[in-house]
Amino acid sequence: MKKCRRCSKPATLHITEIHDSTVQKIHLCEKCASEYLETPDPSIDDEMEALLEEAGLGEEQDELTCPNCGITYREFRKQGRLGCPHDYVVFRERLTPLLENIHESTHHAGKFPKRAPDASQKQYELIKMRNDLRIAVEKEDYEEAAKLRDHIRQLEEQQAT
Amino acid sequence: MGISTVDIETLMQNGCEWLRGTGPDAEIVVSSRIRLARNLAQFPFLSRADDSTKSDLEKLLHNKLLNLSAGPHLNYFDVRSLSNLDRQFLMERQLISKELVEADGARGVAVDSGQSVSVMVNEEDHLRMQVVRSGFSLDECWRDIDQLDDAIEEDVTYAFSEELGYLTACPTNVGTGIRVSVMLHLPALHMTKEIQKVLGALQKISLAVRGLYGEGSSASGQFFQISNQITLGQSEQQIIEKLQEVVPNIINYERRVREALLKDNRAKLHDQISRATGILQKAQTISSEETMDLLSSVRLGVSLGMIDDLDLLSVNELFIHTQPAHLQKIRGETLDSGERNAARAAYLRSRLAEA
Repeated sequence: MKKCRRCSKPATLHITEIHDSTVQKIHLCEKCASEYLETPDPSIDDEMEALLEEAGLGEEQDELTCPNCGITYREFRKQGRLGCPHDYVVFRERLTPLLENIHESTHHAGKFPKRAPDASQKQYELIKMRNDLRIAVEKEDYEEAAKLRDHIRQLEEQQAT
Repeated sequence: MGISTVDIETLMQNGCEWLRGTGPDAEIVVSSRIRLARNLAQFPFLSRADDSTKSDLEKLLHNKLLNLSAGPHLNYFDVRSLSNLDRQFLMERQLISKELVEADGARGVAVDSGQSVSVMVNEEDHLRMQVVRSGFSLDECWRDIDQLDDAIEEDVTYAFSEELGYLTACPTNVGTGIRVSVMLHLPALHMTKEIQKVLGALQKISLAVRGLYGEGSSASGQFFQISNQITLGQSEQQIIEKLQEVVPNIINYERRVREALLKDNRAKLHDQISRATGILQKAQTISSEETMDLLSSVRLGVSLGMIDDLDLLSVNELFIHTQPAHLQKIRGETLDSGERNAARAAYLRSRLAEA
């Protein structure tokens, strides 16, 4: 479900504004919609916002990159598969409407693993190091790659005990 | 670790769980299946894993799966080193997916001796475990897979967030990572075109329908797999209950249409089933699709008591033994498509000679 453009409640009214030859879609909740409709002309700010949303900001968001696995949101959109568990945090804003669309929900209501998940942030370090290692190998920086490999092994041993 | 074709041969000789033709409503519900998708927290998902990461993952999980503290003993198959024929064989048995066959890099599958449990390593997610049972038995599937999941988790940390649940490579599986499905044989609904109504209704309540071999496969042999699409925001139990609520309605619908056909069109139905049997007993060459269609009529005949010298297990087995890889395994040689059609017909003649 789309969110209201003025507050962040679910949008229930979808207004299509046509000015000369430009078509603009505006999603609003009931309260903001009645305010919007009472104002005869949409403010410049609103138009700006819509433009940003549809062009500039969107592009910027597509280049959003996960610091751990290095995947961009654009790449995810292209292949439909995320790169690592941390992507759910990095792309959160973009994934939330997608999850609402697919599952009609954004909150887990099922089984919990017995193991405490709080160690997870630390686990993500390993993902980052593996990604750095992959890049080092690609660049043929074998000294760096060897260092990373040792470091990964150390961390793995720590976590195994 | 003795991974050799001997193990595959043993699987071939042993029957597999979902063909048994027993369990509740087995004349309509061929099998019940639950799978869980899981990933390890300290590794990237497979789309960002290079060869050496895939190897590390595979080694680690391979080792865990062979040393579980609870649950069934599992045999591990290194899918990368298997022949194309053996991969296809495992796929025909529904022990591995098409995606695992076509993936590259280190990957494998662990299977129990009853071929009810299988755990794929490095498919779309690090782990894809499934439990299959004959007939309509989702509670038993859940009990088994829940235990297996706990046993695997003893030694690994899953990627999990309190808010979003088990984190998966594709957001369509996030949350529970569960797919609950039942495979139904619905020849009467198909024959009377009532099936369209059923499919339409299922779509409205967010249940997916697939063919015999899952995603993208057609509903050949009038088999339909019905499964949940939503994995987030509902508990495993709620998702299972939804299928337990919906599927009996489809079973009853199929039964009512079968009864109506028997009452109003008995002669025509008997003719169709007899003709199907006749072709399968006499044909000299036959394609896989035609075999599936005709066997579907034979299976209906067995369920309705019109054919009494065959049982469900034998018919279920014929469906799978006439698939390309099984056929070549039975013959012990590689066959091209034309040779397979002749071999399939010969096999059917010999199995149905006395029926």
